Amino acid sequence: MENKNFVTIDANGLHYKVLNEQIRNTLDQKPNIKHIIINNVCGQRYIANGIKKILKITINGTAGNDLSAFMDGPEIVVNGNAQDAIGNTMNSGTIIIKGSAGDILGYGMRGGKIFIKNDVGYRVGIHMKAYKEMFPVIVIGGEAKDFLGEYMAGGLLIVLGLNKKTFPVGDFVGTGMHGGKIFIRTETIDPRILGKEVKSGKLSQEDFVLLNKYMQDYCKIFNLDLDKILKSNFIKLFPYSHRPYGRLYAY
Amino acid sequence: MSKSKFRTDFKIVRDMEKCIKCQACARVCSNDAHVYDNESNSIISYNDKCVGCHFCEDLCPTGALTIKRNIPEIKFNSHWDSYSVYNIIKQAETGGVLLTGMGNDKPFKEYFDHIVLNASQVTNPSIDPLREPMELKTFIGKKPDKIELKYEPYKLEYNKPELKIINYKISTKMPPQLVLETPIMFSAMSYGSISLNAQKSLAKAATEFGTMWNTGEGGLHEDLKPYSKNVIVQVASGRFGVDIDYLESAAAVEIKIGQGAKPGIGGHLPGEKVDTEVSKTRFIPIGSDAISPAPHHDIYSIEDLKQLIYALKEATRYQKPVGVKIAAVHNIAPIATGAVRAGADFVVIDGMRGGTGAAPTVIRDNVGIPIELAIAVVDQRLRDEGIRQQASLIAAGGFRSSADIIKAIALGVDAVYIGTSALISLGCHLCQKCYTGKCNWGIATQDPYLTKRLNPEIGAKRAYNLLRAWSLEIKEMLGGMGINAIESLRGNREQLRGVGLSELELKLLGIKHAGEAW
Ligand code: SF4
Ligand code: SF4
Repeated sequence: MENKNFVTIDANGLHYKVLNEQIRNTLDQKPNIKHIIINNVCGQRYIANGIKKILKITINGTAGNDLSAFMDGPEIVVNGNAQDAIGNTMNSGTIIIKGSAGDILGYGMRGGKIFIKNDVGYRVGIHMKAYKEMFPVIVIGGEAKDFLGEYMAGGLLIVLGLNKKTFPVGDFVGTGMHGGKIFIRTETIDPRILGKEVKSGKLSQEDFVLLNKYMQDYCKIFNLDLDKILKSNFIKLFPYSHRPYGRLYAY
Repeated sequence: MSKSKFRTDFKIVRDMEKCIKCQACARVCSNDAHVYDNESNSIISYNDKCVGCHFCEDLCPTGALTIKRNIPEIKFNSHWDSYSVYNIIKQAETGGVLLTGMGNDKPFKEYFDHIVLNASQVTNPSIDPLREPMELKTFIGKKPDKIELKYEPYKLEYNKPELKIINYKISTKMPPQLVLETPIMFSAMSYGSISLNAQKSLAKAATEFGTMWNTGEGGLHEDLKPYSKNVIVQVASGRFGVDIDYLESAAAVEIKIGQGAKPGIGGHLPGEKVDTEVSKTRFIPIGSDAISPAPHHDIYSIEDLKQLIYALKEATRYQKPVGVKIAAVHNIAPIATGAVRAGADFVVIDGMRGGTGAAPTVIRDNVGIPIELAIAVVDQRLRDEGIRQQASLIAAGGFRSSADIIKAIALGVDAVYIGTSALISLGCHLCQKCYTGKCNWGIATQDPYLTKRLNPEIGAKRAYNLLRAWSLEIKEMLGGMGINAIESLRGNREQLRGVGLSELELKLLGIKHAGEAW
């Protein structure tokens, strides 16, 4: 081993509370630890919840619900799939999922990046928001189901639909959206699938810079051909108004 | 058709003999109801602009101003009252939803006013709180199902075999508790909906008195971090201001599902109110709307609620109580038990008189149930299911006096939240215009010209005084009942009797009618 600054935890048969306590104890006892490897993860919830630290956590297996909720800093690599509510209200850090993820990924996410190799479920990226230098980004390699980017207030969602024959996003995209952007790799988009607060358009120069930046990272992680992906057409979705409820009230 | 004149709710009466034309009223009114006219050297008052906040009246150095209610005298009609008529006119002109602030002001039955308390006579002596200790200390959090004792051999310093000391220690681990010196806390009111000076007043008063204040869903401002030992932080659907530091700094965490003033409705802080400081506290850009969707879109079931409760417990390492706030609606009892079974350490029920910074009037005035009934049915249901000890119950929503509070406790809650009465202690005169952001009392506003009117030192003193006064009164009433600890009153409904209530109402409240003995 090039550096002994890592710890391996076997999650086999452990209740999430026990497993997470082990992770916390490891961090307490070895504050300089740089890498924790957790093997045999089988749906244990709340891994890396509320951890504020720079380190890498590798999860071998299936990560359970609420992975990385309220997380601030770590880099998480899931060698497998992940369940629901990944990155809930996350502040910063990176989550790499080398499989698919479930529903409500990135709820209220304020910063950091989530890269998913394959598909995600319903209600992904709800109420993502950006603040100052904090800018949350989610890149989905496969497809996303209905209600993508609902109430979105900031940040960036990219859906690539790689290797998909069907359309890469479901219905009601961006319902209640009032900030942020969604890029979808597609030639055309049926306006009927969009929330009524959302319009579609071409990527601007500035958008391409953003796309390029995050696709470079993404392609490096998953070993994909960047040029080939960037040659495809992308459509941008963005809100009509930053004040969708501004004209609702009497005096 | 010509556009109607604004309906004038108030009439400004100026006593010209007393008015010295100092123009104070013209300077202070944020609604521009008083204007000084240079040419004629006179002050003109516009009734239609006055919202009835009584600020100028209190400020006028000679007492020249009186603000009177002005009911528009349309032809008498017991069905079409002027309120309904003028609302229709307003909506015909704007096509918009009517907004309001504060709590439901409709004449629904006040159950508290139909409940009386007991006192001791002859057979069980009353206690004088002036000479006997009275315990108001309240613990909020899950209580263990049983207490287990462990025998620990006691080592004597010198050997005395005839001296046997049996030493037991409590081995049950107590779940995290909030310790309150009085069963009264300040309700969730976010920075954004109220000013920083208002929040600071409450934070300081709560800290000095030994009770809790609540951030609401607006984050914790830097200046209030010194008061974080006494803060309950809220996590709402918009997650504004929520990060790990926020969760860690608090004494407890409260998931906001609903609010009594607007059950089923989300929150919406308009961009105009999101200035630099609000933006820093909520972690959103200046001027952007802060929209809290009506439901948490990650919570569609009790199972999902449990997931968020445990996400918060995991994030705070099981060191703090995590509670859930719900509005009192028809199904409140099963919902509350669901929340308890989902792992909530405390459940807050917010009744229909609960206040708000802004809500659609039609929702505020027509949705939800009275807090008295909600308390009684929730406490009963939790007892019936044998899980009452698993969570503390907190009631909120329009407590007007220490009498309302002591009755709520006897009906079954552990503690109450006060919001409206706390703001009244800071100056609020219930004009219900909080949503305009022009509160003359410096409470429901972010305008620096207005917020500086509320001195947080003085505010804290007044809010502290209210806590003190009500706590003293509660002690007096407790003593009268022959009870020396608030713990012994909790859910002790024998201390209550109904007056003028139907059999069904008495049954729901779980109390006897006045005249019935024990
Ligand atoms: S200060 Fe208040 S009471 Fe006085 S005129 Fe203005 S709105 Fe009316
Ligand atoms: S807080 Fe201010 S605006 Fe709201 S009711 Fe009280 S005095 Fe009126």
